[in-house]
Amino acid sequence: MINNINKAFESRVRLGVMSVLMVNDWMDFNSLKDLLDVTDGNLSSHITALEKLDYIEIRKEFVGKRPKTSYRVTQDGRKAFQDHLGALENLLNGLT
Amino acid sequence: MEDKSHIEHLAEIRSLMERSSRFISLSGLSGIMAGTYALVGAYIARLYIKNSESYIEFIEGYSTRYVATSWTEFKVFILLGIAVAALSIATGFLLTMKRAKKNNQNMLDKSALRMLINLAIPLAAGGAFCTILLYQGYIGMVAPATLIFYGLSLVNGSKYTLDTIRHLGIVEIIIGLIAAIDLGNGLFYWALGFGVMHIVYGTAMWWKYERAK
Repeated sequence: MINNINKAFESRVRLGVMSVLMVNDWMDFNSLKDLLDVTDGNLSSHITALEKLDYIEIRKEFVGKRPKTSYRVTQDGRKAFQDHLGALENLLNGLT
Repeated sequence: MEDKSHIEHLAEIRSLMERSSRFISLSGLSGIMAGTYALVGAYIARLYIKNSESYIEFIEGYSTRYVATSWTEFKVFILLGIAVAALSIATGFLLTMKRAKKNNQNMLDKSALRMLINLAIPLAAGGAFCTILLYQGYIGMVAPATLIFYGLSLVNGSKYTLDTIRHLGIVEIIIGLIAAIDLGNGLFYWALGFGVMHIVYGTAMWWKYERAK
């Protein structure tokens, strides 16, 4: 059961990105950055990690002349995150 | 030690989900202020009606047309309404900005924009519809229609903000419907819906979310 605790979500930033994307369809980089209160470099490295796992997908577009990158959680990502939450829940229930 | 960090994780997840999908910084205090402005506005309107000849018609119950007895009188009402709305919006904006700062939420982030757009759709429809009512001469129906549409827009916008707003919306719709049956007392229902209810729900919101903890 403990195995379901997903190492990918152990970082605060990755956990945050997933939490936000679970309840929002397409969220852009800057909004994520504001919500999580992290630096550009920090956020983008965690996003790359999540993308490599196929937990989130990326969309790039131009708003006027400025590029805008948005993210959405994938089916896999949703499932992985839910399993992770379930595991956390079990773990905490087991303790009480 | 392990489990403590897990509990913190869960708390963080919850807070982020909430903060990113709902605009939680609406200020209850601004509701109280808006309600007060509305009551003052209604009181001035009442004095105005009392002092004008059209008051006779008003108390005799042919009140659907009392406002229209003179164009200048009518303009006073519209101006009063606009003044109350403008003051309320300005106060709401300022107080909410303050709260947003405290909650670390951007005043114009995605959740706020979503809330505003969803509020605006029924509200704009209502504004257009009321203008049409005026144009067609159904003046008595304007007050009920503003209340109903305002209520609908609150219910619609409430999906993206505090739940209290949804209750307020439903109450406004009910008051609007009653006002449509009890035609001619538009001013009374306006004062009730826009004045008293804003104060009641503003206080409730303030009590629930803002009270110094």
